[in-house]
Amino acid sequence: MTPMTDHTAKAFDADLQDLGRMVAEMGGLAEKQICDSIDALAKRDTSLAERTVAEDVQIDQIQREIEERAILTIARRQPMAIDLREIVAALRIANDLERIGDLAKNIGKRVVALDGEFQSQKLMRGLEHMADLVLTQIKDVLDSYARRDVGKALAVWRGDEEIDAVNNSLFRELLTYMLEDPRNITVCIHLLFCAKNIERMGDHATNIAETVYYMVEGHVLPDERPKGDTTSYAVAAHS
Amino acid sequence: MSIAQATPQVTTPTAVQAPVDQSKLAEKISIRNLNFYYGDSKALKSISLPLYGGLVTAFIGPSGCGKSTLLRILNRMYDLYPNQRADGEVLLDGENLLSPKQDLNLLRARVGMVFQKPTPFPMTIYENIAFGIRLYERLPKADINDRVESALRRAALWEEVKDKLMANGLSLSGGQQQRLCIARTVAVRPEVILFDEPCSALDPISTAKIEELIDELKEDYTIAIVTHNMQQAARVSDYTAFMYLGELVEFGPTSKIFTTPNDPRTQDYITGRFG
Repeated sequence: MTPMTDHTAKAFDADLQDLGRMVAEMGGLAEKQICDSIDALAKRDTSLAERTVAEDVQIDQIQREIEERAILTIARRQPMAIDLREIVAALRIANDLERIGDLAKNIGKRVVALDGEFQSQKLMRGLEHMADLVLTQIKDVLDSYARRDVGKALAVWRGDEEIDAVNNSLFRELLTYMLEDPRNITVCIHLLFCAKNIERMGDHATNIAETVYYMVEGHVLPDERPKGDTTSYAVAAHS
Repeated sequence: MSIAQATPQVTTPTAVQAPVDQSKLAEKISIRNLNFYYGDSKALKSISLPLYGGLVTAFIGPSGCGKSTLLRILNRMYDLYPNQRADGEVLLDGENLLSPKQDLNLLRARVGMVFQKPTPFPMTIYENIAFGIRLYERLPKADINDRVESALRRAALWEEVKDKLMANGLSLSGGQQQRLCIARTVAVRPEVILFDEPCSALDPISTAKIEELIDELKEDYTIAIVTHNMQQAARVSDYTAFMYLGELVEFGPTSKIFTTPNDPRTQDYITGRFG
């Protein structure tokens, strides 16, 4: 149920719009961080990686601003119904985006550790593919937030399975490389964490989708989200 | 995996029948198809809703929506004025109080009212309360003393006035006068108390004290409150009725009305988008 008109107090509309704008800005930064960190990983570009790590503070800064603004708006306006849910949604989404930023930063940190070692085009393509899927999810979910589009949010919510599938197969591949040659283990462990981080970003995107649904509909999603991450149960085959 | 409902449903507003709750809630007052006329002008249109016993029901809505009009029907205040009439049913414990056979004095003892402007009698504090009691009961002085004290305690006013019961009621502050009016109302042991914007003329601290009082009173009384203050309605009431242009738009638990109302007009009003 979208409101037909503006608030009688225009400043209230401005407050809510600012919150939305800040979330969008934070989302854009998070997307850029993901791209940069994967790029750095693919090219083993340590200076790009270091920049990515350093720039995470910007994302943290916006999250703080969103929190301050949300709290101030609650104190001033005593928001009800849809307005209250919008503010709560902004707080939650900012939280998820901040975690996504941290995960990208974490990938950046590992690039430095990987410097000069074992390369595998196949593995990198797998990681890049997973990152592309995640970037699409994040872009779509932020779009659904901006447009209050529940259908789009639901599509993101269900779309995590594909990312989980890629993560599962990457996991198995990495295990194989590690079993083949113990000298591969260091690199593979780092790449494993990178893959896990990207998979976690996908999970955060579905969190954001759930928040968008709640914001529009006024109640939480009733169903269990489809999950495909089986890496917790994966076992290495010993020869 | 089942498909979750994606499109939000916007219900087209119709004349709303308040849902009758099947659970343990008892309807102290049942309003059924109530119409009200100021002369030829229809001020209330087919209102139906319950007032549950031991709970607070708030009436909210923009100016002129009919909420004070509705409140004043519940103790037949409109009878004092010519050219005002009601039809339909208002059942108090199953009996229609709109019936011409209804004893109005008795009704107004059972259904008390507190107004927006504090209206203590121009008498002593003691007399303000004793006066009403004496109208309905013959009691020895000691008993009246007890009833006065008990009423003042109930209204959280006793400690402030116990040493000056013979002072004039009008010498009290606004918040105290309003609590005196509440004491006066509970002294005659009503079953229902109607509050018509009881805090509009009061400062925030007095307002908070009276809200606290309403919270305590609902243990023993059924309460209806008309208020312009949305946050007060949200704080104080268990059920809320939103009215607009003489119609009941939405009725439901306060927790739902102020978080996820069904009707877009309700949402627009409570979020300050009206007008």
